[in-house]
Amino acid sequence: MTVKYEKAKAIEKEHIIMDGVDVSGHWNRMFEQRTIFEYTPELIEKIADIPDAESFANCYQCAKCVAVCPVDVVGNYGPRKLYRYAQTGLDLTEASELWLCTTCANCLRVCPKEVNMVKIMPAAREQAILDGKFVPAELQQAFENTAKSGNPLGQPQRKRDAWIKESGVEVPIMKDLGRKVNVLWYVGSYPSYHPRGIDAASAAARIFTALGIDFAVLGKEEKDDADSQRLAGEKGLFEMMAEHNIETFNKYEWDELVVTGPHELNAFKNVYPKYGFERPVVHYTTFLARHLDQLKPLLKHPVNKKITYHDPCYLGRHNGEYEAPRQLLEAIPGVELVEMARNRQNGYCCGGGGGGMWMDSFTAKHTTMRLSEKRAMEAASTGADVLAVACPFEVSRFEDAVKSTGNEHVGVLDILELLDKSMRGE
Amino acid sequence: MSNDVFVITEHMDGKFSDVSFEMMGKARELASALGGQAVAVVVGGGVDAYVFASDATIHVDDAALSNFNPEAYGKVIEALVKEKSPKVVLIGWTITGMDIAAWLSARTGAPCAAYAKDVCVEDGALVVSSQVYGGKLTAEVVLEGDMAIVACLAGSFPAEAGQGSTVATVTATPVDLGSLKVKFVEAIKPAGGDVDITAQTKLVSVGRGIGGKENIELAEELAEKLGAALSCSRPVVDAGWLPRTRQVGKSGLKVKPKMYLMLGISGAPEHLEGMKSAELIIAVNTDKKAPIFNVAHYGATADLFEVAEEMLELL
Amino acid sequence: MNIVVAIKHIPSIADDLPVSGNNVDFDSVDFVMNEWDEQSIEQAVLIKEAVGGTVTVIGVDLIEELDNALHLALAKGADKAVKITADEPGADSHMQAKWLAEAIKGMSPDMVFAGVQASNDIDGQIGPILAAYLDMPYIGGTSSVEASDGSAMVVKEFAGGAGAKYSVGLPFVAGIQAAPKPPRYAPISKVRQIAQTATIDKVEPSGDASGRLSFKKMAPPVVTGHAEMIEGSSKEVAAKIVELIKSKGLA
Repeated sequence: MTVKYEKAKAIEKEHIIMDGVDVSGHWNRMFEQRTIFEYTPELIEKIADIPDAESFANCYQCAKCVAVCPVDVVGNYGPRKLYRYAQTGLDLTEASELWLCTTCANCLRVCPKEVNMVKIMPAAREQAILDGKFVPAELQQAFENTAKSGNPLGQPQRKRDAWIKESGVEVPIMKDLGRKVNVLWYVGSYPSYHPRGIDAASAAARIFTALGIDFAVLGKEEKDDADSQRLAGEKGLFEMMAEHNIETFNKYEWDELVVTGPHELNAFKNVYPKYGFERPVVHYTTFLARHLDQLKPLLKHPVNKKITYHDPCYLGRHNGEYEAPRQLLEAIPGVELVEMARNRQNGYCCGGGGGGMWMDSFTAKHTTMRLSEKRAMEAASTGADVLAVACPFEVSRFEDAVKSTGNEHVGVLDILELLDKSMRGE
Repeated sequence: MSNDVFVITEHMDGKFSDVSFEMMGKARELASALGGQAVAVVVGGGVDAYVFASDATIHVDDAALSNFNPEAYGKVIEALVKEKSPKVVLIGWTITGMDIAAWLSARTGAPCAAYAKDVCVEDGALVVSSQVYGGKLTAEVVLEGDMAIVACLAGSFPAEAGQGSTVATVTATPVDLGSLKVKFVEAIKPAGGDVDITAQTKLVSVGRGIGGKENIELAEELAEKLGAALSCSRPVVDAGWLPRTRQVGKSGLKVKPKMYLMLGISGAPEHLEGMKSAELIIAVNTDKKAPIFNVAHYGATADLFEVAEEMLELL
Repeated sequence: MNIVVAIKHIPSIADDLPVSGNNVDFDSVDFVMNEWDEQSIEQAVLIKEAVGGTVTVIGVDLIEELDNALHLALAKGADKAVKITADEPGADSHMQAKWLAEAIKGMSPDMVFAGVQASNDIDGQIGPILAAYLDMPYIGGTSSVEASDGSAMVVKEFAGGAGAKYSVGLPFVAGIQAAPKPPRYAPISKVRQIAQTATIDKVEPSGDASGRLSFKKMAPPVVTGHAEMIEGSSKEVAAKIVELIKSKGLA
């Protein structure tokens, strides 16, 4: 770092007589005002100059954010610290710190100056990518997979609806149906391809069918929402996928879009409108909670478990839905719902947001433990038998985490799977 | 026109590669089916050419041929096959043979079948089995015409049948090599100091599935705990995650360790060439259809990171 | 330096390859750029960055879907893109090389790059065939190509870090094994911007050639052996592997 200390400039008159007193030479010495350089502002300005990252400069270092930053719990992080690092010579666009933020938004919740990392991080990351700076290889792979195959897993597009046959029910596909439906269900990439995601998608298909919902899916026409890729800095990729999805959504007639994942909810509800898509979108928990009266009689079999629920950042803090998931869990006979200490607005992040889903190994190198592991330990400490989730990123994340922290006895299940269990009695 | 089967042998540092003997054995079989001779072709000096079980060995030597030079070798081989018109020319589908086979095909108009795992004569026609699409498909093709070029994958046939002591006939080069555009400058020796993976009894080998340079450490730690060295497949080297000296396979090194633990390697034919004679092959891959499971002794469809971490706990 | 990069669009091996008749069912596979072509493009752009020049990327458009690959190449630093509009998904390497040679002839290149191989090169690779048709020397398996005063310094890889350095007079064809640096990432915004503004020159296929192979059969390999599969969770798999290694006295 370069800290500049300027010596104050002296003013000294050779001969001065004031009020008859000779104050020549050093007797009259005064000093010009000195510019104090406590730090170099350039690297803060460099970030704040990036469109959407302006609020980075607002930080006045109160450190409220550090107390709630999930990454700081397992490392040395937090927006205030990033600001301070930038003061002392860290170029965020070239630093590993650039990739650790999960955009969970807990800092924004408490920040008195509205320093918005949810906007700063994607903008700074995009700059780094455009400038050809370091991008974690795992993340680059997820970008390339999304661009090539339409999903970050790199699975073939034509197999996007292959999960349907595992659901055991008929799942109509818009293209074949040729008529308007009440509900267009956007399944999502992980529920379409990941083995544990397929379990949740199949459960959802059975629940919708049992409720008699008039629904259909896009099948092979569906592509990743790419919101997490946007937050990880690939805005161009996001826009490409958004254009495709919006065109597909608009091709068909439907009343409401129901999504399996909170990231998709965030994409379609909060970001796609900027690209001209403004239609009703709900997360499945909100949608099913609306159907509680019809759903309850179907939940015939008790699930005698102590369950704790993890609030997904993009369902809770980002979109304000805290109660629907809890209502659904409480509707299941036999369920005892217990809360973790950090819940609702202060829920702890699983580490999967903002592209973290595809940077686990990278993150692991810069933290003492994975965020998902920290959360799995919190879940286990409640004495719960099951950690219930409502985001397709989370099942695989937490299943790994309960194992790696020696808490295999805690099952990880999507709320969809728990409802399905109660419905079918497995 | 003859019914002879030519084998374009290859050698480096005074030693013939295994694929030369493997093709020689196959050439004998083909020659007897076709009623011709099995002929070994040795291009370049510094090597004892009296080692093949051929009916005849042609040894072309010239100062311009003392090191492999694709242009010079190509010209010599082209002139030779045009003069002798054999029925079949076997060339290794190797880092040197790959410079010659398809070029020769285009120069002579003779068909060429690459990635060859097997060659046979059926009703007078030459039929080749090729391992294409990364080993996911096997194609059976018939080669038309008076002469056929077959580029053989190393390790496809037994080498013993090709070993012998036929006297070589040394001839001068049939073409002028005076005005070559490709000139050998110098040999590049492997950067010293790194582990010699060919000398290891145990190897932990990582493939594309390792995901990034930042994950190499985990594999290294596992290798260390097992008393093994770390090796890899080609994509890992191309991505700059490990040096060339650690690469197993066609464009890398051939290894024969007692244990070969593979993490995230799907098993492209080029990689299999380098490791399939390992004594114990264990493969961990997420794709249950990965071709490696047809070669490995033990396999598991699992997440390599989880398995590696769990193994570290246990060791 | 005038560099032409010849790319090959091939069926993706990321998924199973369905067969129709005696060949791949080209209608039901995804086509992707040959992975070694990404190395070729990187090598060409590195030379351009070092000594200046023009990089032209050219490929045979087999299924009318080559544009994406060409746009990507432009985003990574290529200057011009050309596609040969063939619409013949089954065109072999000889056929493609012939069309490429006819199109490249008029470009008077100093260097022509092709990927060292492709997974469907059953009749040989495009590179050496192209060299023969263009009457230029060929050198494949390269790990570095540097331009220097009317010639090039080429490193050809043998094995395990061993190799040889060659001086090659221009023009020539090289089969690129690897560029000295991993291929760069092209941001999609750049790719998309290029997709909207770039023009891809279209060339009619000209000339005729054939690998003269007739396909008898195409099928997944006959499995001669299969690994004994270890089932269970990652923890169980790890435990069994450790047990196995220990039982053989290897740990």
